[in-house]
Amino acid sequence: MIELRNIRKSFGDQEVLKGINTKFEKGKVNFVIGRSGSGKSVMTKCTVGLLEPNSGQVLYDGRDFTSMTLKERKEVRKEIGMLFQGSALFDSMTVAENIRFPLMMFSGMSESDMDQRVSECISRVELTGSEHKLPSELSGGMQKRVGIARAISMNPKYLFCDEPNSGLDPQTAIVIDNLIVDITKEYGMTTVVISHDMNSVIEASDTIHFLHLGKVAWAGENADMMSSDSETLNDFVYASKLMQRMKATLK
Amino acid sequence: MRVIFHIGRYTMFIRNVLRRPEKWSMFRKLVVSEMNTIGVESMGIVTLLATFMGAVMCLQTAHQVSGWIPVYTIGFTVRQTMILEFSPTLVPIILAGKVGSNIASQLGTMRVTEQIDALEIMGVNSANYLVLPKIIAGFLTIPMLVVFSMTLGIASGALVAVLTGVSPMADYYQGITIDFKAYDVIYAMTKTCVFALVMTSVSSYHGYHTEGGALDVARSSTKAVVYSAIIIMISNLILTQILL
Repeated sequence: MIELRNIRKSFGDQEVLKGINTKFEKGKVNFVIGRSGSGKSVMTKCTVGLLEPNSGQVLYDGRDFTSMTLKERKEVRKEIGMLFQGSALFDSMTVAENIRFPLMMFSGMSESDMDQRVSECISRVELTGSEHKLPSELSGGMQKRVGIARAISMNPKYLFCDEPNSGLDPQTAIVIDNLIVDITKEYGMTTVVISHDMNSVIEASDTIHFLHLGKVAWAGENADMMSSDSETLNDFVYASKLMQRMKATLK
Repeated sequence: MRVIFHIGRYTMFIRNVLRRPEKWSMFRKLVVSEMNTIGVESMGIVTLLATFMGAVMCLQTAHQVSGWIPVYTIGFTVRQTMILEFSPTLVPIILAGKVGSNIASQLGTMRVTEQIDALEIMGVNSANYLVLPKIIAGFLTIPMLVVFSMTLGIASGALVAVLTGVSPMADYYQGITIDFKAYDVIYAMTKTCVFALVMTSVSSYHGYHTEGGALDVARSSTKAVVYSAIIIMISNLILTQILL
Protein backbone atom coordinates (compact mmCIF):
# COMPACT_ATOMS: atom_id res chain seq x y z
CA MET A 1 0.00 0.00 0.00
CA ILE A 2 1.10 3.55 -0.71
CA GLU A 3 -0.11 6.30 1.57
CA LEU A 4 0.18 10.03 0.98
CA ARG A 5 -0.11 12.25 4.03
CA ASN A 6 -0.68 15.96 3.64
CA ILE A 7 1.55 16.35 0.58
CA ARG A 8 2.13 19.96 -0.40
CA LYS A 9 4.12 21.18 -3.36
CA SER A 10 4.62 24.70 -4.68
CA PHE A 11 6.44 26.11 -7.69
CA GLY A 12 7.31 29.69 -6.78
CA ASP A 13 4.12 31.34 -5.57
CA GLN A 14 1.88 28.72 -7.12
CA GLU A 15 0.79 25.94 -4.78
CA VAL A 16 -0.01 22.92 -6.96
CA LEU A 17 -0.63 20.32 -4.27
CA LYS A 18 -2.54 21.68 -1.29
CA GLY A 19 -2.37 18.83 1.16
CA ILE A 20 -2.98 15.50 -0.57
CA ASN A 21 -4.21 12.73 1.70
CA THR A 22 -5.00 9.38 0.12
CA LYS A 23 -4.19 5.66 0.07
CA PHE A 24 -3.46 3.40 -2.90
CA GLU A 25 -4.34 -0.14 -2.01
CA LYS A 26 -2.31 -3.28 -2.65
CA GLY A 27 -3.48 -5.66 -5.37
CA LYS A 28 -5.78 -3.01 -6.82
CA VAL A 29 -5.70 -0.73 -9.81
CA ASN A 30 -5.95 2.74 -8.28
CA PHE A 31 -6.85 5.43 -10.80
CA VAL A 32 -6.02 9.09 -10.28
CA ILE A 33 -8.23 11.31 -12.37
CA GLY A 34 -8.70 15.05 -12.70
CA ARG A 35 -8.61 17.95 -15.11
CA SER A 36 -5.38 19.10 -16.72
CA GLY A 37 -3.43 21.16 -14.20
CA SER A 38 -5.14 19.56 -11.20
CA GLY A 39 -1.79 18.24 -9.97
CA LYS A 40 -1.93 14.55 -11.00
CA SER A 41 1.54 14.43 -12.56
CA VAL A 42 3.11 16.52 -9.80
CA MET A 43 1.54 14.20 -7.22
CA THR A 44 2.96 11.15 -9.00
CA LYS A 45 6.41 12.72 -9.30
CA CYS A 46 6.34 13.56 -5.58
CA THR A 47 5.27 9.99 -4.81
CA VAL A 48 8.12 8.36 -6.75
CA GLY A 49 10.69 10.95 -5.66
CA LEU A 50 11.25 12.75 -8.97
CA LEU A 51 10.10 15.90 -7.16
CA GLU A 52 10.54 16.73 -3.50
CA PRO A 53 7.30 17.76 -1.75
CA ASN A 54 7.52 20.90 0.39
CA SER A 55 5.90 19.01 3.24
CA GLY A 56 4.06 15.78 3.96
CA GLN A 57 4.91 12.09 3.90
CA VAL A 58 4.89 9.32 1.30
CA LEU A 59 4.68 5.89 2.90
CA TYR A 60 5.47 2.70 0.97
CA ASP A 61 4.00 -0.09 3.11
CA GLY A 62 4.63 2.04 6.16
CA ARG A 63 8.17 3.09 5.15
CA ASP A 64 8.51 6.87 5.07
CA PHE A 65 10.04 7.52 1.64
CA THR A 66 10.31 11.28 2.18
CA SER A 67 12.64 10.99 5.17
CA MET A 68 14.88 8.27 3.65
CA THR A 69 18.54 8.74 2.72
CA LEU A 70 19.51 8.48 -0.95
CA LYS A 71 20.75 4.93 -0.39
CA GLU A 72 17.51 3.85 1.27
CA ARG A 73 15.46 5.49 -1.48
CA LYS A 74 17.45 3.61 -4.07
CA GLU A 75 16.39 0.32 -2.47
CA VAL A 76 12.71 1.33 -2.54
CA ARG A 77 13.02 2.47 -6.15
CA LYS A 78 14.08 -1.03 -7.13
CA GLU A 79 10.59 -2.07 -6.03
CA ILE A 80 8.95 0.53 -8.28
CA GLY A 81 8.08 0.09 -11.95
CA MET A 82 6.86 2.97 -14.04
CA LEU A 83 5.20 3.25 -17.41
CA PHE A 84 5.66 6.74 -18.79
CA GLN A 85 3.25 8.69 -20.97
CA GLY A 86 5.66 8.58 -23.92
CA SER A 87 6.98 5.12 -22.91
CA ALA A 88 10.47 6.60 -22.25
CA LEU A 89 12.22 3.64 -23.84
CA PHE A 90 15.96 4.04 -24.31
CA ASP A 91 16.09 4.70 -28.03
CA SER A 92 19.64 3.43 -28.51
CA MET A 93 18.66 -0.01 -27.15
CA THR A 94 16.57 -2.79 -28.67
CA VAL A 95 13.37 -4.06 -27.06
CA ALA A 96 15.23 -6.89 -25.32
CA GLU A 97 18.02 -4.57 -24.13
CA ASN A 98 15.48 -2.12 -22.71
CA ILE A 99 13.87 -4.88 -20.65
CA ARG A 100 17.24 -6.32 -19.68
CA PHE A 101 18.64 -2.97 -18.53
CA PRO A 102 17.26 -2.89 -14.94
CA LEU A 103 18.14 -6.58 -14.53
CA MET A 104 21.72 -5.91 -15.62
CA MET A 105 22.06 -2.96 -13.28
CA PHE A 106 20.55 -4.39 -10.12
CA SER A 107 19.43 -8.01 -10.21
CA GLY A 108 22.78 -9.80 -9.93
CA MET A 109 21.30 -12.54 -12.16
CA SER A 110 23.41 -14.70 -14.43
CA GLU A 111 23.30 -14.05 -18.19
CA SER A 112 21.05 -17.07 -18.82
CA ASP A 113 18.65 -16.11 -16.02
CA MET A 114 18.43 -12.62 -17.41
CA ASP A 115 17.72 -13.96 -20.91
CA GLN A 116 14.97 -16.14 -19.49
CA ARG A 117 13.41 -13.25 -17.55
CA VAL A 118 13.52 -11.02 -20.62
CA SER A 119 11.77 -13.74 -22.67
CA GLU A 120 9.12 -14.13 -19.95
CA CYS A 121 8.43 -10.40 -19.88
CA ILE A 122 8.31 -10.16 -23.67
CA SER A 123 5.91 -13.07 -23.97
CA ARG A 124 3.80 -11.66 -21.09
CA VAL A 125 3.15 -8.50 -23.11
CA GLU A 126 2.76 -10.58 -26.30
CA LEU A 127 5.68 -9.12 -28.19
CA THR A 128 7.59 -12.29 -28.99
CA GLY A 129 9.51 -11.76 -32.22
CA SER A 130 10.14 -8.05 -31.57
CA GLU A 131 13.16 -8.59 -29.31
CA HIS A 132 15.68 -7.11 -31.72
CA LYS A 133 13.64 -4.16 -32.90
CA LEU A 134 14.49 -0.60 -31.89
CA PRO A 135 11.77 1.51 -30.19
CA SER A 136 11.57 3.69 -33.32
CA GLU A 137 10.46 0.63 -35.30
CA LEU A 138 7.47 -0.01 -33.01
CA SER A 139 3.93 1.40 -32.98
CA GLY A 140 2.73 3.48 -30.01
CA GLY A 141 0.85 0.52 -28.52
CA MET A 142 3.86 -1.78 -28.87
CA GLN A 143 6.08 0.83 -27.21
CA LYS A 144 3.65 0.97 -24.28
CA ARG A 145 3.79 -2.81 -24.00
CA VAL A 146 7.59 -2.75 -23.97
CA GLY A 147 7.35 -0.05 -21.30
CA ILE A 148 5.15 -2.37 -19.22
CA ALA A 149 7.53 -5.29 -19.79
CA ARG A 150 10.48 -3.16 -18.62
CA ALA A 151 8.49 -1.92 -15.62
CA ILE A 152 7.66 -5.47 -14.46
CA SER A 153 11.04 -7.03 -15.23
CA MET A 154 12.27 -6.60 -11.65
CA ASN A 155 9.01 -7.96 -10.15
CA PRO A 156 8.06 -4.61 -8.66
CA LYS A 157 5.73 -4.17 -5.71
CA TYR A 158 4.47 -0.84 -7.00
CA LEU A 159 3.54 0.08 -10.56
CA PHE A 160 2.89 3.64 -11.74
CA CYS A 161 1.34 4.30 -15.14
CA ASP A 162 1.24 7.87 -16.41
CA GLU A 163 -1.54 8.21 -18.98
CA PRO A 164 -0.99 4.73 -20.43
CA ASN A 165 -3.59 5.26 -23.15
CA SER A 166 -2.62 8.67 -24.44
CA GLY A 167 -2.19 8.64 -28.21
CA LEU A 168 -3.60 5.13 -28.62
CA ASP A 169 -6.63 4.02 -30.59
CA PRO A 170 -9.58 2.70 -28.51
CA GLN A 171 -8.86 -0.97 -29.28
CA THR A 172 -5.18 -0.74 -28.35
CA ALA A 173 -6.15 1.26 -25.27
CA ILE A 174 -8.33 -1.65 -24.14
CA VAL A 175 -5.42 -4.08 -24.67
CA ILE A 176 -3.16 -1.90 -22.51
CA ASP A 177 -5.85 -1.51 -19.81
CA ASN A 178 -6.40 -5.27 -19.68
CA LEU A 179 -2.68 -5.87 -19.46
CA ILE A 180 -2.35 -3.46 -16.52
CA VAL A 181 -5.29 -5.08 -14.71
CA ASP A 182 -4.05 -8.62 -15.34
CA ILE A 183 -0.48 -7.85 -14.26
CA THR A 184 -1.70 -6.08 -11.11
CA LYS A 185 -3.70 -9.14 -10.05
CA GLU A 186 -0.98 -11.58 -11.13
CA TYR A 187 1.84 -9.87 -9.23
CA GLY A 188 -0.31 -8.52 -6.37
CA MET A 189 1.10 -5.06 -6.97
CA THR A 190 -0.07 -1.66 -5.83
CA THR A 191 -0.85 -0.01 -9.16
CA VAL A 192 -1.44 3.71 -9.62
CA VAL A 193 -2.76 4.84 -13.00
CA ILE A 194 -3.08 8.47 -14.01
CA SER A 195 -5.67 8.92 -16.70
CA HIS A 196 -8.12 11.27 -18.39
CA ASP A 197 -9.74 8.47 -20.30
CA MET A 198 -13.14 7.82 -18.69
CA ASN A 199 -13.54 4.62 -20.67
CA SER A 200 -10.39 3.24 -19.02
CA VAL A 201 -11.45 4.54 -15.62
CA ILE A 202 -14.77 2.70 -15.82
CA GLU A 203 -13.33 -0.48 -17.31
CA ALA A 204 -10.06 -0.92 -15.45
CA SER A 205 -10.18 0.85 -12.08
CA ASP A 206 -10.76 -0.66 -8.66
CA THR A 207 -10.47 2.61 -6.77
CA ILE A 208 -10.68 6.16 -8.04
CA HIS A 209 -9.02 9.28 -6.62
CA PHE A 210 -10.33 12.52 -8.09
CA LEU A 211 -8.00 15.49 -7.85
CA HIS A 212 -9.40 18.99 -8.02
CA LEU A 213 -7.42 22.19 -7.45
CA GLY A 214 -4.55 20.35 -5.77
CA LYS A 215 -6.64 18.29 -3.37
CA VAL A 216 -8.32 14.89 -3.41
CA ALA A 217 -11.92 16.04 -3.92
CA TRP A 218 -13.34 12.52 -4.02
CA ALA A 219 -12.01 8.99 -3.48
CA GLY A 220 -13.86 5.74 -3.57
CA GLU A 221 -14.62 2.47 -5.32
CA ASN A 222 -15.33 2.30 -9.03
CA ALA A 223 -18.95 1.28 -8.41
CA ASP A 224 -19.56 4.36 -6.24
CA MET A 225 -18.30 6.92 -8.75
CA MET A 226 -21.37 6.94 -10.99
CA SER A 227 -23.72 7.49 -8.08
CA SER A 228 -21.61 10.11 -6.33
CA ASP A 229 -23.28 13.40 -5.46
CA SER A 230 -19.96 15.30 -5.64
CA GLU A 231 -20.66 18.15 -8.04
CA THR A 232 -17.03 18.65 -9.13
CA LEU A 233 -16.63 14.92 -9.77
CA ASN A 234 -19.87 14.75 -11.78
CA ASP A 235 -18.82 17.78 -13.84
CA PHE A 236 -15.62 15.95 -14.74
CA VAL A 237 -17.08 12.47 -15.27
CA TYR A 238 -20.06 13.61 -17.35
CA ALA A 239 -18.22 16.25 -19.36
CA SER A 240 -18.45 14.27 -22.59
CA LYS A 241 -21.69 13.70 -24.51
CA LEU A 242 -21.04 9.97 -24.48
CA MET A 243 -20.94 9.90 -20.69
CA GLN A 244 -24.05 12.11 -20.51
CA ARG A 245 -25.88 9.66 -22.76
CA MET A 246 -24.67 6.77 -20.64
CA LYS A 247 -25.96 8.49 -17.51
CA ALA A 248 -29.32 9.08 -19.15
CA THR A 249 -29.51 5.42 -20.21
CA LEU A 250 -28.64 4.28 -16.68
CA LYS A 251 -31.38 6.47 -15.23
CA MET B 1 22.10 35.94 -9.10
CA ARG B 2 21.63 33.76 -12.19
CA VAL B 3 25.38 33.08 -12.40
CA ILE B 4 25.50 32.04 -8.73
CA PHE B 5 22.50 29.76 -9.31
CA HIS B 6 24.25 28.05 -12.24
CA ILE B 7 27.55 27.70 -10.36
CA GLY B 8 25.70 26.11 -7.45
CA ARG B 9 23.69 23.76 -9.66
CA TYR B 10 26.77 22.86 -11.72
CA THR B 11 28.66 22.00 -8.49
CA MET B 12 25.81 19.77 -7.29
CA PHE B 13 25.62 18.18 -10.74
CA ILE B 14 29.35 17.41 -10.80
CA ARG B 15 29.12 15.98 -7.28
CA ASN B 16 26.49 13.52 -8.54
CA VAL B 17 28.50 12.75 -11.68
CA LEU B 18 31.65 11.93 -9.75
CA ARG B 19 30.18 9.09 -7.72
CA ARG B 20 31.25 5.47 -8.06
CA PRO B 21 29.61 3.83 -11.12
CA GLU B 22 26.85 1.34 -10.29
CA LYS B 23 28.25 -1.35 -12.54
CA TRP B 24 31.87 -1.25 -13.73
CA SER B 25 31.38 -3.58 -16.70
CA MET B 26 28.62 -1.34 -18.05
CA PHE B 27 30.70 1.77 -17.32
CA ARG B 28 33.69 0.42 -19.29
CA LYS B 29 31.46 -0.30 -22.28
CA LEU B 30 30.01 3.18 -22.17
CA VAL B 31 33.47 4.80 -21.93
CA VAL B 32 34.64 2.88 -25.01
CA SER B 33 31.49 3.83 -26.90
CA GLU B 34 31.91 7.50 -25.95
CA MET B 35 35.60 7.38 -26.91
CA ASN B 36 34.43 6.36 -30.35
CA THR B 37 31.85 9.16 -30.52
CA ILE B 38 34.06 11.90 -29.10
CA GLY B 39 37.44 10.79 -30.40
CA VAL B 40 37.30 8.59 -33.47
CA GLU B 41 34.33 10.38 -35.05
CA SER B 42 36.11 13.73 -34.64
CA MET B 43 39.24 12.62 -36.48
CA GLY B 44 37.90 13.88 -39.81
CA ILE B 45 37.28 17.46 -38.75
CA VAL B 46 40.54 17.64 -36.76
CA THR B 47 42.48 16.31 -39.77
CA LEU B 48 40.89 18.85 -42.06
CA LEU B 49 41.47 21.77 -39.71
CA ALA B 50 45.03 20.91 -38.73
CA THR B 51 46.11 20.21 -42.31
CA PHE B 52 44.83 23.52 -43.66
CA MET B 53 45.87 25.57 -40.63
CA GLY B 54 49.43 24.24 -40.81
CA ALA B 55 49.56 24.94 -44.54
CA VAL B 56 48.09 28.44 -44.26
CA MET B 57 50.35 29.28 -41.32
CA CYS B 58 53.35 28.26 -43.39
CA LEU B 59 52.36 30.46 -46.35
CA GLN B 60 51.48 33.45 -44.13
CA THR B 61 54.78 33.28 -42.29
CA ALA B 62 56.66 32.88 -45.58
CA HIS B 63 54.95 36.07 -46.76
CA GLN B 64 56.42 37.94 -43.74
CA VAL B 65 59.89 36.42 -44.05
CA SER B 66 62.22 38.64 -46.01
CA GLY B 67 65.59 40.31 -45.68
CA TRP B 68 67.26 39.65 -42.32
CA ILE B 69 64.59 37.19 -41.02
CA PRO B 70 65.95 33.66 -41.50
CA VAL B 71 63.89 31.15 -43.55
CA TYR B 72 63.84 28.64 -40.71
CA THR B 73 61.45 31.08 -38.94
CA ILE B 74 58.69 29.53 -41.07
CA GLY B 75 59.05 26.10 -39.46
CA PHE B 76 59.58 27.68 -36.04
CA THR B 77 56.37 29.77 -36.28
CA VAL B 78 54.27 26.87 -37.54
CA ARG B 79 55.53 24.66 -34.68
CA GLN B 80 55.00 27.27 -31.97
CA THR B 81 51.54 28.24 -33.19
CA MET B 82 50.36 24.65 -33.54
CA ILE B 83 51.75 23.57 -30.17
CA LEU B 84 51.00 26.63 -28.06
CA GLU B 85 47.65 27.83 -29.30
CA PHE B 86 45.99 26.33 -32.33
CA SER B 87 45.86 22.68 -31.33
CA PRO B 88 45.27 22.97 -27.57
CA THR B 89 42.77 25.86 -27.70
CA LEU B 90 41.11 26.03 -31.08
CA VAL B 91 40.66 22.28 -31.51
CA PRO B 92 38.69 22.00 -28.20
CA ILE B 93 36.62 25.05 -29.19
CA ILE B 94 35.78 23.47 -32.52
CA LEU B 95 35.05 20.18 -30.79
CA ALA B 96 32.75 22.08 -28.42
CA GLY B 97 30.72 22.86 -31.53
CA LYS B 98 30.66 19.29 -32.77
CA VAL B 99 30.88 17.09 -29.68
CA GLY B 100 29.42 19.58 -27.18
CA SER B 101 26.25 20.16 -29.15
CA ASN B 102 25.94 16.42 -29.70
CA ILE B 103 26.23 15.72 -25.95
CA ALA B 104 23.75 18.48 -25.04
CA SER B 105 21.17 17.45 -27.62
CA GLN B 106 21.48 13.77 -26.69
CA LEU B 107 20.97 14.44 -22.98
CA GLY B 108 18.33 17.11 -23.67
CA THR B 109 16.32 14.68 -25.78
CA MET B 110 16.62 12.02 -23.10
CA ARG B 111 15.36 14.57 -20.56
CA VAL B 112 12.32 15.75 -22.53
CA THR B 113 11.35 12.19 -23.51
CA GLU B 114 11.53 11.17 -19.81
CA GLN B 115 14.35 8.66 -20.40
CA ILE B 116 16.36 10.30 -17.60
CA ASP B 117 13.33 10.08 -15.30
CA ALA B 118 13.06 6.39 -16.23
CA LEU B 119 16.67 5.85 -15.12
CA GLU B 120 16.04 7.68 -11.84
CA ILE B 121 12.90 5.62 -11.14
CA MET B 122 14.94 2.44 -11.59
CA GLY B 123 17.34 3.70 -8.92
CA VAL B 124 20.14 4.59 -11.35
CA ASN B 125 22.17 7.74 -10.67
CA SER B 126 21.42 9.16 -14.12
CA ALA B 127 24.02 11.95 -13.98
CA ASN B 128 26.74 9.46 -13.13
CA TYR B 129 25.57 6.83 -15.62
CA LEU B 130 25.18 9.20 -18.56
CA VAL B 131 27.78 11.89 -17.97
CA LEU B 132 30.82 10.33 -16.30
CA PRO B 133 31.66 8.13 -19.35
CA LYS B 134 31.53 11.23 -21.56
CA ILE B 135 33.88 13.18 -19.28
CA ILE B 136 36.35 10.30 -19.00
CA ALA B 137 36.22 9.64 -22.75
CA GLY B 138 36.77 13.34 -23.48
CA PHE B 139 39.66 13.46 -21.02
CA LEU B 140 41.30 10.47 -22.72
CA THR B 141 40.66 11.21 -26.38
CA ILE B 142 40.82 15.00 -26.76
CA PRO B 143 44.52 15.19 -25.74
CA MET B 144 45.21 12.47 -28.34
CA LEU B 145 43.36 14.49 -30.98
CA VAL B 146 45.37 17.56 -30.00
CA VAL B 147 48.71 15.73 -30.36
CA PHE B 148 47.49 14.38 -33.69
CA SER B 149 46.54 17.92 -34.76
CA MET B 150 49.96 19.31 -33.74
CA THR B 151 51.79 16.64 -35.74
CA LEU B 152 49.58 16.99 -38.76
CA GLY B 153 49.74 20.80 -38.78
CA ILE B 154 53.54 20.81 -38.66
CA ALA B 155 53.70 18.08 -41.34
CA SER B 156 51.30 19.86 -43.67
CA GLY B 157 53.34 23.05 -43.20
CA ALA B 158 56.42 21.13 -44.29
CA LEU B 159 54.67 19.72 -47.34
CA VAL B 160 53.41 23.14 -48.46
CA ALA B 161 56.81 24.74 -47.74
CA VAL B 162 58.54 22.24 -50.02
CA LEU B 163 55.85 22.08 -52.73
CA THR B 164 55.56 25.88 -53.08
CA GLY B 165 59.30 26.39 -52.64
CA VAL B 166 58.97 28.95 -49.81
CA SER B 167 61.42 26.99 -47.67
CA PRO B 168 63.77 24.09 -48.30
CA MET B 169 63.12 21.04 -46.14
CA ALA B 170 66.41 21.48 -44.28
CA ASP B 171 65.47 25.02 -43.18
CA TYR B 172 61.97 23.97 -42.22
CA TYR B 173 63.39 21.08 -40.19
CA GLN B 174 65.84 23.42 -38.49
CA GLY B 175 62.90 25.72 -37.64
CA ILE B 176 60.78 23.00 -36.05
CA THR B 177 63.69 21.69 -33.95
CA ILE B 178 65.40 24.91 -32.91
CA ASP B 179 64.94 26.09 -29.32
CA PHE B 180 62.38 23.36 -28.65
CA LYS B 181 61.11 23.40 -25.07
CA ALA B 182 59.40 20.23 -23.88
CA TYR B 183 57.57 22.37 -21.31
CA ASP B 184 55.56 23.94 -24.15
CA VAL B 185 54.01 20.53 -24.83
CA ILE B 186 53.32 20.01 -21.12
CA TYR B 187 51.66 23.45 -21.03
CA ALA B 188 49.59 22.57 -24.10
CA MET B 189 48.54 19.20 -22.68
CA THR B 190 47.59 20.73 -19.33
CA LYS B 191 45.38 23.26 -21.12
CA THR B 192 43.87 20.54 -23.29
CA CYS B 193 42.93 18.37 -20.32
CA VAL B 194 41.24 21.31 -18.59
CA PHE B 195 39.40 22.27 -21.79
CA ALA B 196 38.28 18.67 -22.33
CA LEU B 197 36.76 18.64 -18.84
CA VAL B 198 35.13 22.02 -19.37
CA MET B 199 33.69 21.12 -22.75
CA THR B 200 32.24 17.73 -21.78
CA SER B 201 30.93 18.77 -18.37
CA VAL B 202 29.45 22.15 -19.41
CA SER B 203 27.72 20.57 -22.43
CA SER B 204 26.41 17.74 -20.27
CA TYR B 205 25.18 20.23 -17.66
CA HIS B 206 23.15 22.16 -20.22
CA GLY B 207 21.73 19.03 -21.84
CA TYR B 208 20.91 17.33 -18.55
CA HIS B 209 18.99 20.35 -17.23
CA THR B 210 16.88 20.88 -20.35
CA GLU B 211 13.25 21.68 -19.58
CA GLY B 212 10.43 21.72 -22.11
CA GLY B 213 10.40 20.31 -25.62
CA ALA B 214 12.25 20.14 -28.91
CA LEU B 215 12.88 23.90 -29.06
CA ASP B 216 14.45 23.81 -25.61
CA VAL B 217 16.75 20.96 -26.69
CA ALA B 218 18.00 23.20 -29.50
CA ARG B 219 18.44 26.06 -27.02
CA SER B 220 20.41 23.84 -24.64
CA SER B 221 22.60 22.72 -27.49
CA THR B 222 23.39 26.32 -28.45
CA LYS B 223 24.03 27.28 -24.80
CA ALA B 224 26.37 24.29 -24.43
CA VAL B 225 28.53 25.47 -27.34
CA VAL B 226 28.50 29.15 -26.37
CA TYR B 227 29.25 28.65 -22.67
CA SER B 228 31.88 25.99 -23.35
CA ALA B 229 33.66 28.39 -25.73
CA ILE B 230 33.45 31.29 -23.27
CA ILE B 231 34.75 29.24 -20.34
CA ILE B 232 37.53 27.75 -22.49
CA MET B 233 38.66 31.25 -23.53
CA ILE B 234 38.64 32.54 -19.94
CA SER B 235 40.47 29.44 -18.64
CA ASN B 236 42.95 29.81 -21.50
CA LEU B 237 43.90 33.28 -20.28
CA ILE B 238 44.12 32.20 -16.63
CA LEU B 239 46.12 29.02 -17.39
CA THR B 240 48.53 30.87 -19.70
CA GLN B 241 49.19 33.46 -16.99
CA ILE B 242 49.76 30.72 -14.39
CA LEU B 243 51.74 28.25 -16.50
CA LEU B 244 53.96 30.47 -18.67
